[in-house]
Amino acid sequence: MSHREYSSDTFRIIGKPRVRIDALSKVTGQTLFADDISLPRMLHCKLLRSSLPHALIETVDVSRASAHPGVQLVLTGEDFPVEYGILPVSQDERPLCRDKVRFVGDPVAAVIACDEQTACEALSLIDVSYQPLPTIATVAEALQATEAPLQNYAEEHNIHRRLAYSFGDVDEALAQADHVFEDTFLYEGNTHMAMEQHASVAATDPDGRVTLWSSTQCPHYVHRALAKALEMPAAHIRVIACPNGGGFGGKTDPFNHEIVVTKASMLLGRPVKICLTRQEVFYCHRGRHQVTMKFRTGVNNDGKLTGMHLQTLLDGGAYGSYGIASTFYTTALQPVTYQLPRYSWEACRVFTNKPPSGPKRGHGTPQPRFGQEVQLDKIAEKLQIDPAKLRLGMIAPANSLTCNFLKVGTIGLAECIDRVVSRSGWKDKHKKLPRGRGVGLACGAYMSGAGTAIYWNKMPHSGVQIKLDRSGAVTVYCGATDVGQGSDDVLVSLVTEVLGIETIDVKCVTGDTDLTPVDLGSYSSRVTLMMGNAAIEAAERARDLIASAVAEKLEIAVDHIGFAERLVFDVEDPNRNMTFQQAVICAEEKHGTMATTGSYAPPKSAARFPGGGVGPSPTYSYTAAVAEVEVDEASGVVEVTRIYIAHDIGRSLNPVQVEGQVIGGVYMGVGEALMEESGSRRLPPKLSDALVHDNPSMLEYKTLTMHDMPEVCVDIIENPDPNGPFGAKEVGQGPLLPIMPAIANAIFDAVGVRVDEVPITPVKVLKALEMQAAGHDARVGPKAFPNIEWPQAMFVLPPWEGGDGKASNRPERKRAAKMHTMDKVKGASEQT
Amino acid sequence: MSGSKKVQLHLNVNNEDMHVLVESSKTLLEVLREDLTLTGTKHGCELGECGACTVLKDGKPVLSCLLLALECEDAQIETIEGLADKDQLHPLQLAFAQHGGLQCGYCTPGMLMTAKALLENEARPTRAQIREALSGNLCRCTGYQQVIESVEEAAITIEETENSAAGVKS
Ligand code: FES
Ligand code: FES
Repeated sequence: MSHREYSSDTFRIIGKPRVRIDALSKVTGQTLFADDISLPRMLHCKLLRSSLPHALIETVDVSRASAHPGVQLVLTGEDFPVEYGILPVSQDERPLCRDKVRFVGDPVAAVIACDEQTACEALSLIDVSYQPLPTIATVAEALQATEAPLQNYAEEHNIHRRLAYSFGDVDEALAQADHVFEDTFLYEGNTHMAMEQHASVAATDPDGRVTLWSSTQCPHYVHRALAKALEMPAAHIRVIACPNGGGFGGKTDPFNHEIVVTKASMLLGRPVKICLTRQEVFYCHRGRHQVTMKFRTGVNNDGKLTGMHLQTLLDGGAYGSYGIASTFYTTALQPVTYQLPRYSWEACRVFTNKPPSGPKRGHGTPQPRFGQEVQLDKIAEKLQIDPAKLRLGMIAPANSLTCNFLKVGTIGLAECIDRVVSRSGWKDKHKKLPRGRGVGLACGAYMSGAGTAIYWNKMPHSGVQIKLDRSGAVTVYCGATDVGQGSDDVLVSLVTEVLGIETIDVKCVTGDTDLTPVDLGSYSSRVTLMMGNAAIEAAERARDLIASAVAEKLEIAVDHIGFAERLVFDVEDPNRNMTFQQAVICAEEKHGTMATTGSYAPPKSAARFPGGGVGPSPTYSYTAAVAEVEVDEASGVVEVTRIYIAHDIGRSLNPVQVEGQVIGGVYMGVGEALMEESGSRRLPPKLSDALVHDNPSMLEYKTLTMHDMPEVCVDIIENPDPNGPFGAKEVGQGPLLPIMPAIANAIFDAVGVRVDEVPITPVKVLKALEMQAAGHDARVGPKAFPNIEWPQAMFVLPPWEGGDGKASNRPERKRAAKMHTMDKVKGASEQT
Repeated sequence: MSGSKKVQLHLNVNNEDMHVLVESSKTLLEVLREDLTLTGTKHGCELGECGACTVLKDGKPVLSCLLLALECEDAQIETIEGLADKDQLHPLQLAFAQHGGLQCGYCTPGMLMTAKALLENEARPTRAQIREALSGNLCRCTGYQQVIESVEEAAITIEETENSAAGVKS
């Protein structure tokens, strides 16, 4: 057929800086976000949320609220008998709580009224009587025995899940290492704080079908949750994801308010809208888990790692959410960044009476990335190896398997490191700047899409349909959701490139479960790669149909047909051509009505052990960063003066957007490093003693303003990956990963203190400086990792020791195995 | 039903005279979005913390979520819907579109209105002045750098257009 090689020289759209397709509607205020939708006869919904962190619900009396003028409907937990949840293994949520509330903010009742004001008034007329239960406020408390666990499916006490894996004999690897470094770290939880507050509108048609417009990153998963929770056929439910005013993972769970307004609309036969207040958004959370970590890492004098043992403990808050996946992600991706001959890990997630944690940009990986990158800085310091050189010596070969059977594709990490080292003047700065100023380096890697769906199935992860007709118009349909990252622009640009037309000629319809084929959603940095591959497939099929018709008509060999400049032509003699519209007419004459499809499913994983489904990805992006800081020793205030960052993206589809994603990731990383923290505190006993969110407002939850944002110098490394659409890998999440540790390492370079905690607040810096002045170990951070009873580790032999990706019996195979990188047996290990 | 009484209000919004009957408790944000269906103005907090709701009142940026509509009697209000001159986009709009000044676009109307007020007072602001003027407008997507660049580009465009217009006249 007419497949012609794509290359950077022939691209007309791809790789060129371009105005994204939704930009003009956004700068004119015409883009309709969920709360901008208003329908005739629309009612408004408000939720009554629990004021207690943990309690049994005894009675809910809604009689006064129902009688309030203007109130149309009051719903309680009794109206929602079915539980739901994003992961099949933790179906633990109800649209409205029925027996029990588990955190301050858990919804108990809903009022639907003529306007928001009236609904709010009626909320205060609902009488709930609670029987308080003991509050679990910390991970330490959650590990203790309790009479009233938050969730009855907890493994033990308030332990949600414990996992243990061993990829090779790590004890042996550490025993044989020249040095063993042992470090504990704490990464506080933080939140997405997307600028748009979650909003949803539901409308029912008289035939009994219902439509939900919502600010969701995953309309497909909302669709499934609605069908389950409302016990109705999914075919009668339509979910439309509006453009999201930012997501960052905060809109990936199906939410209780989405189900409540859908049900209310069906009961009332009228549209119902809800828009959460900013305070409610903070309480909905699903943000970054607080993680305590302990690393034991074996390293030889030459700086090569021999093995690593990692333990993580996650504060999950009150519900499962994506928690099991988050727990795996605190460990599973560690061997992707650097080569690790042997690796064992244990991870534990607990329930506490706090807003549920979930996925935030980087999902579970920024925490251990922080730990490992800071530990590597300590290793480099101790072994007197330059931190950049240390890392350059640890990079895996491209297209290799990790010890835990993740298949990595292209790896641009060495180039990324070289680029930030030269651009930042690292060699003249590291250890050479006057006290108070410093530079720090760190790296990271991230998935371009999770290789496994949330629920087990063999269907495509992304589907695209293209419709063309005699008008010359092209419409592309895909379930993907634009959360601001620019996925609609990616979709249109890929189709435009293949068909040789202009972006204005291609309309896209996305995120609509009635109209568009399923795409799993905007999470795990999956959209560009998965939707992109499906889009190229659908577009190439359309191109082939057109080419065959044109070839016949103009009597040209089909493999000589070219597409560009809205013309379809003979590549040998471009004067023999017809317009794209004429070409589509030819194709419609020859083939009938024109529509094509494309599908994408990730390659099969090499991991065949239980739990091996978390971590595989079609390819991984790589990033390196150098942070430059100034530390004010009087106040402890850290100013990040500049960030140099290089990101291996495979192929940059639209450089303006790519650079924006990188800078946006840096921005969020600097905020996490220095100030972002979702804390909790108890109200004074005379108020209720309840455990409440410490900072549920945009004023109290500190983020960078334009004043605080450092200059970012971005380098994009392009080395097309065969698994990516035109070689592209992800950019939405990876660039955040190295920022926090790069800043921590820069602080050490500046003033010689270690803050092994995020966020690195002025108080912590001052404390470390005081310890330094007093001649003590100048380190602030957790002293120990809590004692947890771990299950027997699942043992998997690394590929280079003969492993086949399956879990194996440990002792025999272990003893027979040869170590991969160590041929000498080392004696004593040392603890640092 | 909410009992706040309705009051007749006169506003000039984007050069159009508007007479609306509004509840006295409503903020300017609510009247713009709900009564006048000007949903281009956004909200991120409704507490004066994020800047998403910024509009211009008599040429000055105000947080429309903090202002009672009644305080705007007879005022000139400019919103994002009035920034373009019919089909002619304002240079700030073009610059934001071209230079990555927006991603999700939710903070964008507020950013643009604040930037417009800045450029009207300071034709060629320094980076420090841009940071100062826009520091009340939070954005979670862009990391601000391309927003700053967009404002700078728009300032240059406006100056060039004015210079060439002046050149034509002289
Ligand atoms: S909505 Fe007005 S400042 Fe946030
Ligand atoms: S562009 Fe998304 S908040 Fe600014």
